[in-house]
Amino acid sequence: MSKILIRGAKVLGGEPQDVLIDGETIAATARQGEIDWSGAGLSAEGAEVVEADGKVLLPGLVDLHTHLREPGREDSETVLTGTRAAASGGYTAVFAMANTFPVADTAGVVEQVWRLGREHGYCDVQPIGAVTVGLEGRKLAELGAMHESAAGVTVFSDDGKCVDDAVIMRRALEYVKAFGGVVAQHAQEPRLTEGAQMNEGVVSAELGLGGWPAVAEESIIARDVLLAEHVGSRVHICHLSTAGSVEIVRWAKSRGIDVTAEVTPHHLLLTDELVRTYNPVYKVNPPLRTERDVRALREALADGTIDIVATDHAPHPHEDKDCEWAAAAMGMVGLETALSVVQATMVDTGLLDWSGVADRMSIQPAKIGRATGHGRPVSAGEPANLTLVDTAYRGFVDPAGFASRSRNTPYEGRELPGRVTHTWLRGKATLVDGKLA
Amino acid sequence: MQRHLISAADLTRDDAVLILDTAEEMARVADRPIKKLPTLRGRTVVNLFFEDSTRTRISFEAAEKRLSADVINFSAKGSSVSKGESLKDTAQTLEAMGVDAVVIRHGASGAPYRLANSGWIDAAVINAGDGTHQHPTQALLDAFTMRRRLVGRDAGLGRDLAGKRITIVGDVLHSRVARSNVDLLHTLGAEVTLVAPPTLLPVGIESWPCEVSYDLDSTLPKSDAVMMLRVQRERMNAAFFPTEREYSRRYGLDADRMAKMPENAIVMHPGPMVRGMEITAEVADSDRCTAVEQVANGVSIRMAVLYLLLGGAVAETKAAPDANHAPAATQTRTEEK
Repeated sequence: MSKILIRGAKVLGGEPQDVLIDGETIAATARQGEIDWSGAGLSAEGAEVVEADGKVLLPGLVDLHTHLREPGREDSETVLTGTRAAASGGYTAVFAMANTFPVADTAGVVEQVWRLGREHGYCDVQPIGAVTVGLEGRKLAELGAMHESAAGVTVFSDDGKCVDDAVIMRRALEYVKAFGGVVAQHAQEPRLTEGAQMNEGVVSAELGLGGWPAVAEESIIARDVLLAEHVGSRVHICHLSTAGSVEIVRWAKSRGIDVTAEVTPHHLLLTDELVRTYNPVYKVNPPLRTERDVRALREALADGTIDIVATDHAPHPHEDKDCEWAAAAMGMVGLETALSVVQATMVDTGLLDWSGVADRMSIQPAKIGRATGHGRPVSAGEPANLTLVDTAYRGFVDPAGFASRSRNTPYEGRELPGRVTHTWLRGKATLVDGKLA
Repeated sequence: MQRHLISAADLTRDDAVLILDTAEEMARVADRPIKKLPTLRGRTVVNLFFEDSTRTRISFEAAEKRLSADVINFSAKGSSVSKGESLKDTAQTLEAMGVDAVVIRHGASGAPYRLANSGWIDAAVINAGDGTHQHPTQALLDAFTMRRRLVGRDAGLGRDLAGKRITIVGDVLHSRVARSNVDLLHTLGAEVTLVAPPTLLPVGIESWPCEVSYDLDSTLPKSDAVMMLRVQRERMNAAFFPTEREYSRRYGLDADRMAKMPENAIVMHPGPMVRGMEITAEVADSDRCTAVEQVANGVSIRMAVLYLLLGGAVAETKAAPDANHAPAATQTRTEEK
């Protein structure tokens, strides 16, 4: 078994430590230079040494919201390219959304995606199952079969579409309780968002683009937390994007409702002012909101009202963005820039420390998705799923260097802090010195 | 002047007055027995229309021909666009044929902006109406009509619309004409009031440089010009208002309402009019209604815009721009290729 000695890493941003990986697990951790080699047959002999030099060591990141596009849209991403992008961004586990072609609404499709992830070995791929057949919102998919499949699905979502029928949502919330599942809701009232192109407000009024009002998200979240309370289920809110949604989730948590929520990196940084360029690279669903919303989202992530950061990594081929706004696809890639955006918006602003980042980007997402072996403490005996970050780095985002097959990033040319240099998946390096292994 | 005309909001007061003054010069051409200037001889202009439009396309075409430009008309129907070709490929195909300016009408807000700023083509871009965003030449021809009527044909030269009270009534939410007019009229010093049922006003309108009212009757006595916007009957199917009759009763302009307007105030309409809906036939056909005049003025305005954007000089200026002769063409191109 291979051994790796990481020397002088600030574990969760704390004092420099040495971390010894032996095989698939962490064998020992101690203050720099103070590993007690006498105990339990430890030895550094033959270990590959990684000089961390004050870089920050985090548990491997976990993304609860990734679009890997395979099967069906391999022109924009595959399980292989998507998991390579994930490893580049410091992720050791990603949850793959169900809106593929065919839809991941059967045990067969989720097992295929799960198996591809295992074969490629860059990152654990945990498929998300569709809530309803074909994401059509009418008939429950075979949730139990997907759970019992080799893929062991626990998170169910019609993401991209809202489960807008209140009865279907109620039944789904109830049904998955039998096996500890959770429904992740894409909160978007469909009638209020017909023809919606961007956030409804001052900018949409000027640009003449169809508005996506905050109330379309908030009304669904309000309904769903009340449904979850009524039937005693847990519910997860995808890509929460408005200040009003934060208030509703905060209220629900104060009532003891079992709700969790995610925010995307782009909603922590970008606003609808960017739409003035009519550049579809800023077109995303839910849309970029206002400065006030961005502030509320950052504060909510800091105080734990929002539990996690999830990327909503949504690859699209060039031609789907190199066009007029209305014709363009919605979504942005995010796996390879997520940690940098979180550092810029949360750490460098003093809102969150690195142990907070570990919590919001690894520990909590693993807990919500029941991803065993991920989001664990960096200590002896734990699986060696780790991410090493050079937090002092600053650089300009260059999509040409992405591992993802798609380039639709809103950050091209933007200066962002931080760079993932190493990622280990169960002791196996998937990223070394910023290069994929 | 900028190199493209995308939005009325991009025009300074001096730009706008220059266009209006130039349009007065152009209007004189229409009074001649031979209505033609050699100005754009050898230059090629394409009218790229992705949306049905009769009056705007014909107006641009007349303007281009009176300036002696070579005109190519391209309508999306029956073209490669209906076979799935992208805007980018269509534009590049046309430019490869040697086009100096693209006049574009598109159903998607922002399409002309994308065409001008994405590095897809080099030609000047003139927005002939995009989605529910902007229609700057319409706003210019409206301002031209107002200046002539409210200030005077000769007296108006060099002047703006300072202090004039303009009321715009109707479907503001879906109207590129309203957006362009609010921007331009504000720049020209006019006081604008928008009147509509609340359902037909966009959320976020509070940031616009104008007043908003739900009550037409109280606004009419304080208006030097009242512009009626077309209201599509289909809107009532989406619950924007209950019935056509109720809309007409509350927001339509009939003779009784017109009588409440100041004596010299004018009634405007960008067309096409829905008689019996937002305007009665009696008002539409009255002397105070400038709808037909607006059409004639549209040609003069579009001639002025083409003249100023394309430099008003012969084709050689593209290679060697003459700073004194052609101010509009001397802007250095800063767009990325």
